[in-house]
Amino acid sequence: MPSVSALRRAAIKEDALVLCLLAPAMLVVGLLLLLPLSWLAVQSIHNEQGFTLEYYRRLVEDSTYLDTFLTTFRISALVTLLSVILGYPVAYAAARLPRFWATLVLAMVVIPFWTSVLVRCYAWLVLLQRRGLVNQVLTGSGLIDGPLALVNNMTGTVIGTLHVMLPFMILPLYGVMQKIPQDLLVASSSLGAKPMTTFLRVFLPLSGPGVIAGAVLVFVICLGFYITPELLGGGRTILVSMLVQRDVEIFNQWGPASAASVVLLAVVLGIFWLINKLVPVEKILGVR
Amino acid sequence: MSTRRRSIAALAVIGAIVSCTAVEAGDSVTFVSQGGAYQEAQTKAILNPASKELGITIKQDSSPNAYPIIKTQVESGKVVWDLVDVPSGACIRGESINLYEKIDPALVPNAASLDPRMRDDYSVGYITYSTVLAYRSDKYGKNGPQSWADFWDVKKFPGSRSLRNFPRPTLEIALLADGVPRDKLYPLDVDRAFRKLEQIKPSIATWWTSGGQSAQLIADGEVDMIQAWNGRVSAVQKEGGAVTYGYNDAILETNSLCIPRGTPTKVAAMKLMNAAISPKLQAALPLLIDYGPANPAAFQTNLIPADRLAQLPSSPQNLAQQAVLSSEWWASPEGVKAEERWFSFMQKK
Repeated sequence: MPSVSALRRAAIKEDALVLCLLAPAMLVVGLLLLLPLSWLAVQSIHNEQGFTLEYYRRLVEDSTYLDTFLTTFRISALVTLLSVILGYPVAYAAARLPRFWATLVLAMVVIPFWTSVLVRCYAWLVLLQRRGLVNQVLTGSGLIDGPLALVNNMTGTVIGTLHVMLPFMILPLYGVMQKIPQDLLVASSSLGAKPMTTFLRVFLPLSGPGVIAGAVLVFVICLGFYITPELLGGGRTILVSMLVQRDVEIFNQWGPASAASVVLLAVVLGIFWLINKLVPVEKILGVR
Repeated sequence: MSTRRRSIAALAVIGAIVSCTAVEAGDSVTFVSQGGAYQEAQTKAILNPASKELGITIKQDSSPNAYPIIKTQVESGKVVWDLVDVPSGACIRGESINLYEKIDPALVPNAASLDPRMRDDYSVGYITYSTVLAYRSDKYGKNGPQSWADFWDVKKFPGSRSLRNFPRPTLEIALLADGVPRDKLYPLDVDRAFRKLEQIKPSIATWWTSGGQSAQLIADGEVDMIQAWNGRVSAVQKEGGAVTYGYNDAILETNSLCIPRGTPTKVAAMKLMNAAISPKLQAALPLLIDYGPANPAAFQTNLIPADRLAQLPSSPQNLAQQAVLSSEWWASPEGVKAEERWFSFMQKK
């Protein structure tokens, strides 16, 4: 029987081995993620004279920054809600249809997902613009008199962003729905529940974590989304990402841009902390 | 290590060192402009002939707003762009913070023929162009808007409009629409300009950010009238677009060439600068795109036909109808403040 000290030494050795194996990954995360983020945070509190809180003060006092944050939250919330409403039926179909049809549904979700975002944005521009396909069909068939303003405004931004975000909602949701055991649904109907009751009282609650996972993912990505509002927003729909871009590229002011980025990061972390109260974060991120 | 492995390793190291030095010794200049039809025309008319004549390789890059990128490159010490073509205001603004190399008159003798207002110790005037009012001829026929006041008149000229998402020269346009005489624009009454812009804001379908986008908007008929650069509009016309424009009430601007400070190929860049403002090459550009030469000696080469002269922004008959933009005002503190105020203006509903 080995002595206690020998066992302890063996345990320490094993811990050290694990640490060594983890070291490269930790180095990568540290260098590529933590270091730039801390540099960003430092930049937001520094100007030529030294430590300053003027950039954060500007975020609160300047109404344009506040409006931008509100617009960003509003659009993100709207897109998240719409993606839940539109994405749930698609994920349900993919989870419950026979294999051939389920594969077809998933293919239709995943193939646009693999297409470049830029290409998809320009495609929406072609479809939605004043003399675009949608307006031509609607006016040509006589359904409306004049062309609708479907792009270069918030409508176009929401449509384009929703299109890009749907796979982010559908895929996690599908993953969760797939794992719901068929037996539970069979058991429910054998106890006398009608199909609608089975869905509302068994399936829907079990798919809840999937909905939350998808919604959180969509919301967080929307908060920082840049290319779709830039191309489809007409210059008027200004989100935080465009504010950062404008500060850096046109005014060359890294301080306010960093402050806005830090605030956005804090909001995202805050959201994860709140959501953790409802559903453990490990479940959202797919940790078993 | 065995002898064989050691010699292979040594060869690899020597090869790496040699290839590094080989890259530095070659004469390659990175030229930067604004892309699109404009840069293609420059490639054909100026860059390819100059490259052959001087025996240097010209790499190209483009950006709709090069100034902040130049500033970042020079300040970080990693200068990749050797010769840049930017609006003259960017040159004046950069000179005050020492962003550019001083031009060696021995390497750039052509600079002496330029108008003294269009050159200084760090930059030379390159081309002239105008911001004009362009409109769809299939919508308005011969009765289109002729002035910026017409652009603001939504009752007489209904239709969707577009302006540039940038204060220069959109503030001048607003003031001209408000009735300020052409020669009394500067210093700009910024408050008055923004008040006027608030009037037209509801009728603006989209605010464009790049020259290519402005050309696409009017070519597709996405908007019925637009503020655009004359070269882009005439390129659309050449491709058969139903677009009309005129030089009345237009705003003349110049682009200048300058060299970011710290570039490794200073001498080659200055030689290219000299070639780009030489009379023959300057006269070649207007044949491909409607921008005027900054070097007046180009008009004396007789390479530009008379009917072409009528279409160029800097030809005398067109110059008389235009306002000339003041790069000095835009480089001044009031100009910088106006640029910052533009963003808040765009933000408001």
